[in-house]
Amino acid sequence: MRQAAKTRLLAAATGALVAAVAATASAPAFAQAKEQFFPVLSYRTGAYAPNGVPFANGYVDYLKLVNARDGGINGIKITFEECETGYATDRGVECYERLKGKGPTGATLFHPLSTGITFAVTDKSFTDKIPIITGGYGRADSVDGTVFGWNFPLGGTYWDAADMLVQHVGKKEGGVDRLKGKKIALVYHDSPYGKEPIALLQERAKMHGYELLLLPVTHPGVEQKATWLQIRQQRPDYVFLWGWGVMNSTSIKEAVATGYPREKMYGVWWSGAEPDVTPAGEGAKGYNALVFLASAGQGQVHKDVLKHLHDKGQGTGKKEEVGEVLYNRGLTFAMMSVEAVKRAQIKYGKKPLKGEEVRWGLENLAIDQAAIKKLGFEGFMTPISTSCVDHAGGRTASMHIWDGKKWNVQPGVIEADQQIIRPMIRASAEKYAAEKKIARRDCAKEQ
Amino acid sequence: MKKNLPTFILGIVLLTGLVAPLATGASAPGFYIEVLLGGLMAGVLYSLVALGFALIFKASGVFNFAQGAMVLFAALAVARLAERMPLWVAMLLATAIMIVLAWLVERLVLRPLVNQEGVALLMATLGVSYFLDGFGQTVWGSDIYKIELGIAKEPVMILDQLFQGGILVNKEDFVATIAAAALVASLMLFFQKTATGRALRAVADDHQAAQSIGIPLNRIWVIVWSVAGIVALVAGVIWGSKLGVQFSLSQVALKALPVVILGGFTSVAGAIVGGLIIGVGEKMAEVFLGPVMVKAFDLAGGGIENWFAYVLALLFLLVRPEGLFGEKHIDRV
Amino acid sequence: MFYRENGQYKTTYAADQQMLPILQDRVFMAGLLVVAFVAVPFFASDYLFLSLLIPFLILTLAAIGLNLLVGYCGQISIGHAAFMAVGAYAAYNIALRIPQLNFLVVLVLAGLIAAAVGMLFGVPSLRIKGLYLAVATLAAQFFTDWLFARVKWFTDYASSGSVSTAPIVMFGWTIDTPVKKYCFLLAVLIVFTLIAKNLVRGHIGRAWMAMRDMDVAAEVIGIRPVYAKLSAFAVSSFYVGVAGALWGFMHLGSWEPLAFNLTLSLNLLFMIIIGGMGSLLGSYFGAAFIVMLPILLNQLPTLLGVPISTAMISHLELMIFGALIVFFLIVEPHGLARLWAVGKEKLRLWPFPH
Repeated sequence: MRQAAKTRLLAAATGALVAAVAATASAPAFAQAKEQFFPVLSYRTGAYAPNGVPFANGYVDYLKLVNARDGGINGIKITFEECETGYATDRGVECYERLKGKGPTGATLFHPLSTGITFAVTDKSFTDKIPIITGGYGRADSVDGTVFGWNFPLGGTYWDAADMLVQHVGKKEGGVDRLKGKKIALVYHDSPYGKEPIALLQERAKMHGYELLLLPVTHPGVEQKATWLQIRQQRPDYVFLWGWGVMNSTSIKEAVATGYPREKMYGVWWSGAEPDVTPAGEGAKGYNALVFLASAGQGQVHKDVLKHLHDKGQGTGKKEEVGEVLYNRGLTFAMMSVEAVKRAQIKYGKKPLKGEEVRWGLENLAIDQAAIKKLGFEGFMTPISTSCVDHAGGRTASMHIWDGKKWNVQPGVIEADQQIIRPMIRASAEKYAAEKKIARRDCAKEQ
Repeated sequence: MKKNLPTFILGIVLLTGLVAPLATGASAPGFYIEVLLGGLMAGVLYSLVALGFALIFKASGVFNFAQGAMVLFAALAVARLAERMPLWVAMLLATAIMIVLAWLVERLVLRPLVNQEGVALLMATLGVSYFLDGFGQTVWGSDIYKIELGIAKEPVMILDQLFQGGILVNKEDFVATIAAAALVASLMLFFQKTATGRALRAVADDHQAAQSIGIPLNRIWVIVWSVAGIVALVAGVIWGSKLGVQFSLSQVALKALPVVILGGFTSVAGAIVGGLIIGVGEKMAEVFLGPVMVKAFDLAGGGIENWFAYVLALLFLLVRPEGLFGEKHIDRV
Repeated sequence: MFYRENGQYKTTYAADQQMLPILQDRVFMAGLLVVAFVAVPFFASDYLFLSLLIPFLILTLAAIGLNLLVGYCGQISIGHAAFMAVGAYAAYNIALRIPQLNFLVVLVLAGLIAAAVGMLFGVPSLRIKGLYLAVATLAAQFFTDWLFARVKWFTDYASSGSVSTAPIVMFGWTIDTPVKKYCFLLAVLIVFTLIAKNLVRGHIGRAWMAMRDMDVAAEVIGIRPVYAKLSAFAVSSFYVGVAGALWGFMHLGSWEPLAFNLTLSLNLLFMIIIGGMGSLLGSYFGAAFIVMLPILLNQLPTLLGVPISTAMISHLELMIFGALIVFFLIVEPHGLARLWAVGKEKLRLWPFPH
């Protein structure tokens, strides 16, 4: 009798599962509405949540703000849906497939927010015709819009970042030539993300004669004792940190434990936010990191967010989070995405746009100082101007230093040296095009 | 004697590997000692997690994959509670939580699964660990949290007149080691001297015989899981204060698995000795063998410590299938 | 009433040994195949193909492979994603270095390489047993994770360490759309299921099962453990290796070693335990369950219109997934396949319960 009851229970559970999946599969088609759909791939759980959460909150807050303050993009309401990737490639691809067809015109554009997911969806973008925005991450060679027609590493790539770091420490030494005989250690997240800068650093090592020490850290990055013992043994002159999530704070803690001076540690822009330094407490004092577009702080747009969202209880995250480094980055990326749609509306009309149409907006994005001010981002962004050939649109950053309580932006802007990077991009894109049998776009014809 | 020959050879090879960096002059003596200490410290932490595995396996034959999730859960509990109350109150409260958890696991998972195969039990504990990962993050949050034990984290230089470059040590590491040693000693006392401890050992030896002389099996299991929970708590607090408390903490427990196979599933002593061997072995391998391998095979970076422990344990098992201190097993038809 | 076998006589040995001895089963299977090959391609959406059906087909193949080892031969492995990785990288390198080779040949070669590696990591099974062996197989997992991340040759010196594949062309037929992929994978899976079915009911399968039920006894009646255990490792790794190659080429398209990490290994193990150990049908059920469940749990609140945050959904997903695993283990330790058998038994008696 008991067995029978159990069996029935189990059969019912299985049946319910099958029925529910069938329901999922036949999700109702969306009614044609004046809506622009933004998919949001995020990670609010797991090893990378401390960094994923503020970014996602900033991104979503801006989308909400555009609806609340401006009534949408020129009257077109923004709709969005979040999907949790957990920073895992397979889940990310599933999210991409799930969201790409939603909304009246399909997904506007994607921010995969993981280099691994970017690699996987890049292949799909050619048939799906949906732009992939990888601001400050993703494939370095995807700057070349003639091959990577749908990737937009807005604002710069890892090759740019690595180049800037070398330039910066070179300047500290009194000229990049002085780097000869020096030792630079790269402590990196062992994934496509962490490996991306290696090519550039090796190229520069050949030019300047410094020794490059490669120290991979395995996901998720809490085991770094041996890495830092090696640093203690090798005593590199500089350590470049290319981490994400809990790996960053662990690195800084281990640096404290092995007595490596934080002043000689330089993080990429994904290793320079509050969650990376606060767990190490006072120990993180003196640590440097690149600033991508915006450091921490509040400007006009933050006031709007607080007024239109948080004061009405509509804010996505905690109120204190508004103005944090990664929050601001999310905010800025959402703004650039919305601006791209606005730009495309000029050409295609004020209606919900397809991914293909949004791409035109992304390729003709020109956000100058005046526009930045008008958008309320003054001091939180550097001008960007893209084209069909150049999908990055900008490649500058500054440096900020953690003083134990807050980030202090250093004066001066570093610009990546395109003399070195451009040939590398060309060669790498060429290889990709040959491998995938992609014909180059002719940009002159399309404009 | 002849049977022990392979063990002997393996031991010689390992020892040679251990002293090689010093003998060949690849490392300064001071640095060598630092690596050794680093390895021992990591080893102590592995031992603590492995101890949890061994305790539960001994008493209930369950290979508890959820031990890592328990470490994370306990550490999260302490870290979040300590934000609102003194640390010692938080730890007491967290201990109570771990005991309740042990009771629930026994009631809801173990009891209905009595007499199932080893794999099924292992998968059940995996289910428990998924649940705890989700539950822990729901209740306590998924940020990085701090546990402040109030010990200085800046390293101290010692013996710098004896060795060139001196030796860097952390006070924190020493406190942790002492705490771990105290925990192990009190566990030993508990097992050897108290009635409950004896009952535990009886259950471990033979479930049915223990039951037939009136030892309540279910209560023993609750006790064992509680003890494992407390061990997890200590491991979580020490590890958490070093690295910060975050989701990834549950994955460090994977590092303790080779320790248990090396030491033998059922042996408390094996867990401790195995932990130290693995800790020292992998740090030595990473620091000294890693760069050599990178040069020799043109690898993209070292990182051999991730598999070194497993391969070491595997080699060891080929020589001694029951582990370092495991019980010899004779098969009969 | 409809599911009766009386009146169906077996008059030849061939009839006695056929795979589906009951007429109704044969009709059902034929119907199922028609649905799978004809109806599904017409009605399923791209999302259904790419996110559910294709992963389901590939992971079923891998689950069958693991089931051969764990369910039939009794050797537990927690590191089987390692052999998927071996298969995937082997296929990548073969396809890269000998581009004119037919993809089917590439698949078989990749499977053979995985089989060789599987045998190597199977050697400890001759000395160690049970859970010791289970943990030891993790060595394979972590070693391959490291190997493919570090040795540059395997990834063709890609700076990012990520490899990607071009669309597959076979006999002048480009497999690029989801429907084509689905049909190809379904065909592959059916062929491999048939092979597995015949393996396990033949001489070798019986040797495996004897090994599983009691290895010492099996040795006494003349089954060589070296032969039985290593062949199980080899066949299992071959299946899993082929599945890995398909996972890389057909599902991911571009991947890094993390794609074959411990989580995948554990999921494979979940599949055969939830589905039913020692049952090929169970591998299908288990794979379907494990592929569907997380996606479903993740989407359910949105579908039902319950307003919970994404973070909460993911946490709930983990909790429900864990709880369901425990629930299934408690309620039906023999897996969904057993449920199916019980259902069939009931159907046979219906409408008279006794």
